[in-house]
Amino acid sequence: MTNYLDFEKPLAEIEGKAEELRAMARASEGMDVEDEAGALDRKAADMLRDLYKDLTPWRKCQVARHPQRPHCRDYIEALFKEYTPLAGDRNFADDHAVMGGLARLDGRPVMVIGHEKGNDTKSRIERNFGMARPEGYRKAIRLMEMADKFDLPVITLVDTPGAYPGKGAEERGQSEAIARSTEKCLQIGVPLVSVIIGEGGSGGAVAFATANRVAMLEHSVYSVISPEGCASILWKDSEKMREAAEALRLTAQDLAKLGVADRIIKEPLGGAQRDREAAIASVGAALGDMLKELDGKSAKALVKDRRQKYLDLGQKGLAA
Amino acid sequence: MNWISNYVRPRINSLFSRREMPENLWSKCDGCGTMLFHRELTENLNVCTNCGHHMGITPRKRFAALFDGGVFSEVKVPTPIADPLHFRDQKRYPDRLKAAQRSTAEKEAMLVAEGEIGRTPIVAAAQDFSFMGGSMGMYVGNAIIAAAERAVTLGRPLVLFSAAGGARMQEGILSLMQMPRTTVAIEMLKEANLPYIVVLTHPTTGGVTASYAMLGDVHIAEPNALICFAGPRVIEQTIREKLPEGFQRAEYLLDHGMLDRVTDRRALRDELVSILRMLLKEPPPVKGDLPKPDLPETVVAPAGDAAAPAETPQPAEQEADATSGKDPKA
Repeated sequence: MTNYLDFEKPLAEIEGKAEELRAMARASEGMDVEDEAGALDRKAADMLRDLYKDLTPWRKCQVARHPQRPHCRDYIEALFKEYTPLAGDRNFADDHAVMGGLARLDGRPVMVIGHEKGNDTKSRIERNFGMARPEGYRKAIRLMEMADKFDLPVITLVDTPGAYPGKGAEERGQSEAIARSTEKCLQIGVPLVSVIIGEGGSGGAVAFATANRVAMLEHSVYSVISPEGCASILWKDSEKMREAAEALRLTAQDLAKLGVADRIIKEPLGGAQRDREAAIASVGAALGDMLKELDGKSAKALVKDRRQKYLDLGQKGLAA
Repeated sequence: MNWISNYVRPRINSLFSRREMPENLWSKCDGCGTMLFHRELTENLNVCTNCGHHMGITPRKRFAALFDGGVFSEVKVPTPIADPLHFRDQKRYPDRLKAAQRSTAEKEAMLVAEGEIGRTPIVAAAQDFSFMGGSMGMYVGNAIIAAAERAVTLGRPLVLFSAAGGARMQEGILSLMQMPRTTVAIEMLKEANLPYIVVLTHPTTGGVTASYAMLGDVHIAEPNALICFAGPRVIEQTIREKLPEGFQRAEYLLDHGMLDRVTDRRALRDELVSILRMLLKEPPPVKGDLPKPDLPETVVAPAGDAAAPAETPQPAEQEADATSGKDPKA
C-alpha cells in the first residue's frame, strides 16, 4: 500500500482505477481488462515522470519526509554486515533517536552513526521521530572517538527534523552537545563521509554532517530551519511554507551548486519510497566511492581538508 | 541685532530643543520601569541602577568601556558575497540589510577589535543584537575566523561576547554552515593554546549557542540572559506545558552545569582581566584607573606584542566621549 502525498492525488486516482479493474477481473472469470488497465498504467507512469521531473522545493520536503522512505535502520540492515549497535553516552542515557555501532561495509570495518525516525507509531515514539537529545550527540561523540582511536572510517546517515526542543534536552545542554559533536567531526583523523538520506534539519544535522564528503539523495533537503518555521517567523504565517521552501534553497540541487553537497545520489523514479532496494543500493555505491576517494590520505590531511572545505564555503552564491 | 534675532529665535530654538530633551536624556528600564538618566545609564553600562536589569549594549559602547582608556583598533573582516541566495520574504534581504545598517550605523552584526584590558593584550569580538537580531550569517562567521586568526598571529587570548537570535535565515544553508566554520576558528585557538573566553549575553540562542558560544575554555554569562538552543516558545508548543520560572536563564544554566559563572556587567572587566592573566601566567593586574604611567613590572609583552596593530588605535566613538577619561566601571 503506497502512501500518496497530496500532490500525487491524480496519480493515486489512476493507479486506484487500474487496481480496481484488475480486482473486478479477478472476481468475474472471462473478463479481460488488461488492455484498459495497461493503458492506465502507462498513463500513471507518464504522470509520475512528469510529477517528479521538476519537483518544487516544498514537494521535495514532502518526499524527503515520506514515511515509507528508507530510514537509517533500513540502510544499515541492507548495506552493512555484522552491525553491532553500541549504546549510551556513559553519562545519562541511551538516545534511541540515534543509532550507531560497528559494522562492515564491503568487508571493511567502519563506525556507522545515524538518525532513525521509526516506521510506525510505536517505533516513531521510541525513536522520538528522529529528534535527538543531548545523549544522542554525546553517544555519537563517543563513537567517533572510538573510531578515531582504532582508525576506522566514520559513516553518518542524516535524517532528522532537528534536535529535540524539550525541557530536559535543554537542561542537559542540547547546544553544548551539538557544538561538541560538530567539533568532534572536525577533529577526527579518519575519513568521515555523510549522506543526507531524508531531512537535514539544522544544527541537529550539522552535528553529524560536518564531513570530508557530503552526499545528498536527489530528493533530500538540508536547511537552517524548516520551511514551516521560517514561514512563521519571516512571513508571520506558517502556511507560507511553499514560499519559504523556495526562498531557503534547501534542495540537493541548490546545495550542490553552493558547494555544501559534494554529490547527488540519484533516486528511483517517484522517489526512494517507490523502490527502496534501488535507493539503498545507490547509497551503498556512493558510500563506497566516497570512501575510496579518501583512501590513502593521512590523518593530518583528512583533518586539514575537512576544515579547509568549511572555511572555503560561501565563496559562491547561486545565479539569479 | 534686533528683536527677532535676540529674543524670538532663541525662544523658538529653546522650545524645540526642550521638546526633544526628554527622549534623549531619559530611558525606561525594561525590567522595573524606572526612568534612568542617560549619563547614569551609560556610566553603568546600560545596567539599571535600581533593579540591576541588564539592557542591551552595542559592541562599540561595550568595547569603549572594556579596553584601557576606551582605545581599541578594529580588526578587518573580509566582506562575504552579498545575498548569495537572492532571498526574498516579504522584503528583499538586501533591503533588510540596508535598513539594519542605517538604524545601527554598523556594517554588520559583529565587531572585532584588538587592544588591551588591564594592560593585557587581547582580541575581542562582540555580536550586535540590534543588527538583525545579531544573526549569524557569513559576515559573523568571517568575523569570528578573522578574530581567531588575529589572536593566533598575535598570540593573544580571544574574548567573545555572544548575542544572537540564531542563524540568519536569509542566508539559508550558508548561515548554517557558519556552525562548522566558526568551530574551525575555535579549533585554531585551542591548538595555539590560547584562552578563549565566551561571555554569553542576552539573548544567545539557536545555532550560535550550538557552536562557538558553547566551546569556550570559560563560559561567563550576564545575569538573567536567555541562553538556549530551542527558544521557550518552541518548547512550550512541543511539550504543551508551562516552563518553570527562570528556565533557560543564565542562573538556571549555571545550576545545570553549562556555565562557569554569572557576572554583573559592571564587574565583568575586572573578572576577565583576572582570569586571563592567571591563564596566561601573568602577574596580578593593576587595580584602579587605566591607563596609568608606565609600571614596568606589570607591562609584560607576550610573544606577538612586537607586531603593532594593523590600524592605528582610535578613540572609540563620539558618543563614548562622555565616558572616556573616567573609570568605565563606575
